[in-house]
Amino acid sequence: MRDIISSYDFSKSDFEEIFELADKFRNISPPKILKEKTVALAFFEPSTRTYLSFNKASINLGASVIGFSGEEGISVAKGENLADTIRMLNNYADIIVIRHKFDGAAKFASEVSEKPIINAGDGKHEHPTQTVIDLYTVYKNFGDIDNLTFGIMGDLRYARVVNSLLRGLTRFKPKLVYLISPPQLSARKEILEELNYPYKEVNDYNEVIEEVDVLYVTRIQKERFPDESEYEKVKESYIVDSTLVSKMKKDSIVLHALPRVNEISREVDKTPQAKYFEQASYAVPIRMAIFHKVIGE
Amino acid sequence: MEAVNKRELIVSKIKNGTVIDHIPAGRALAVLRILKITEGYRIALVMNVESKKMGKKDIVKIENKEVDEKEANLITLIAPTATINIIRDYEVVEKKKLKVPEVVKGLLKCTNLTCITNNDIEAVSEFRKISEKPLKMKCVYCDTVIDENEILKQILGSKS
Ligand SMILES: [Zn+2]
Repeated sequence: MRDIISSYDFSKSDFEEIFELADKFRNISPPKILKEKTVALAFFEPSTRTYLSFNKASINLGASVIGFSGEEGISVAKGENLADTIRMLNNYADIIVIRHKFDGAAKFASEVSEKPIINAGDGKHEHPTQTVIDLYTVYKNFGDIDNLTFGIMGDLRYARVVNSLLRGLTRFKPKLVYLISPPQLSARKEILEELNYPYKEVNDYNEVIEEVDVLYVTRIQKERFPDESEYEKVKESYIVDSTLVSKMKKDSIVLHALPRVNEISREVDKTPQAKYFEQASYAVPIRMAIFHKVIGE
Repeated sequence: MEAVNKRELIVSKIKNGTVIDHIPAGRALAVLRILKITEGYRIALVMNVESKKMGKKDIVKIENKEVDEKEANLITLIAPTATINIIRDYEVVEKKKLKVPEVVKGLLKCTNLTCITNNDIEAVSEFRKISEKPLKMKCVYCDTVIDENEILKQILGSKS
C-alpha cells in the first residue's frame, strides 16, 4: 500500500491481513520494521488519543517520531499552506500521518508528498484507520463481520468516522445497517449512493434497538456544524443509558470511537455490551499493523 | 448552418479555425469563458439567431484556433446541444463528437466551504463525472456532489 486516505484504500484481504497482524502484535514483541525510519505526526487539528496511539505504534516498531499537535499544530496550520509544510516534512520523514480540519486535506497532501500519507482524520470527510479499529473490535467479538445488523447512531452527517465505517463495510456483507439520526444529521446522500449492502434510515432507535448486534455511537461535534443554533437543536438527541442497553440483545455490543461527551452515560460502562474501552485498546496494535502494510509492501 | 447561410452579412466564413454552432441562446460568452479565450483571437459571435431545431441559438467562430477534445468536452457542461466544426481552408475537416468530460480540473468550485480546495492556495478543484443524465459531478477531495444547476450557475454566473 502507499497512501491511506479513505477506507476504500483497504480491500477485504487488506482488512484481514491487518487483523491477523494486530493479533500477532498483541502477543509478541513486534519486529522493529521502522528502525532507522522517521514517522512525522502532522496534527494540524488537535487530537490527543489519535496522536498518542500513532506515536506509541511508531515507537513500538522502532521509529523515531517527529511532529506537532495541539496548539502548536493549529499555529502551523495558520502559518503556511499545507503543501509547503508537507514538502518540509518530506525532507525528514519516511511516513507522514496527517490530521487536518479541512475535508480532502489528506488526499491533497498525498499529491504533494513523495512519502506515504496516512489520513488520521480530515475534516468531516474520513478517518480510515479508526474504521479498521472499529471493524477489528467487531471481528474480535463476533468472529466475523458479515451477517451482522449494525445500528450507527448520532451525527451521521458530520462525523468522519461514520463515512469511513460505511465505506469500510462495503468490503464485507453486513445483514442490515440502520442509520439512526435526527433528520438534520442524516448520512450524506453521496456516501449512501455508493453502498452495496442493505441499509435503512430511522429517526427513532426504539424501532430497531432489539435487532441490532453492533450499536455504533458517535459524538455530536459542535465544531463541525456550519450553524451553532442547529447544533443546539440536536446536541442531545440520543443518549445511550442502561434502559436502552437493557433492550438490546444479550450478545450485542456498543462501540464508540471516544472521546465521548454525554452520549453514552457512565452507567453503561459496566454492562457487558460496553466494548468501547476494548475498542480503544486496539488502537496501537492496529496502527502498528497499518504501518507494517504501508512500509512492508 | 441552414438559416445562417442566407444571412452572411452577419458573419463571413472563416478560413481556418473552429465554428461552434447550436449553442443555447445567450450562452456564447460562457462558451468563450470555458475555452479560456480572452484576447489574441479574432472571434465572431452571433447571438439569438433563428434556428429550426432550437428556436433561438448562438454561434461562435474562432479564427486560427482548433478546439481540442478536452476543450470540446467542457462545452457539454453548459451547451450539450453544441456542434463543433474544425475548419481548414474554408472546409469543414472534422466534426467533434461531444462527450461529458470524466474529469474537470480547475473550472468548477466545490460548494463545501471546508473543502481543502477552498482553503489552500495550491489545491486545485477536481470533479469526476458520476452520472451524465442527470449531470452530476463529485469532488475528488471531499466527495461533495454538484449537479447541473450548480454547474450552470457557476459558469454562466448568477444571472441565469
Ligand atoms: Zn470538495
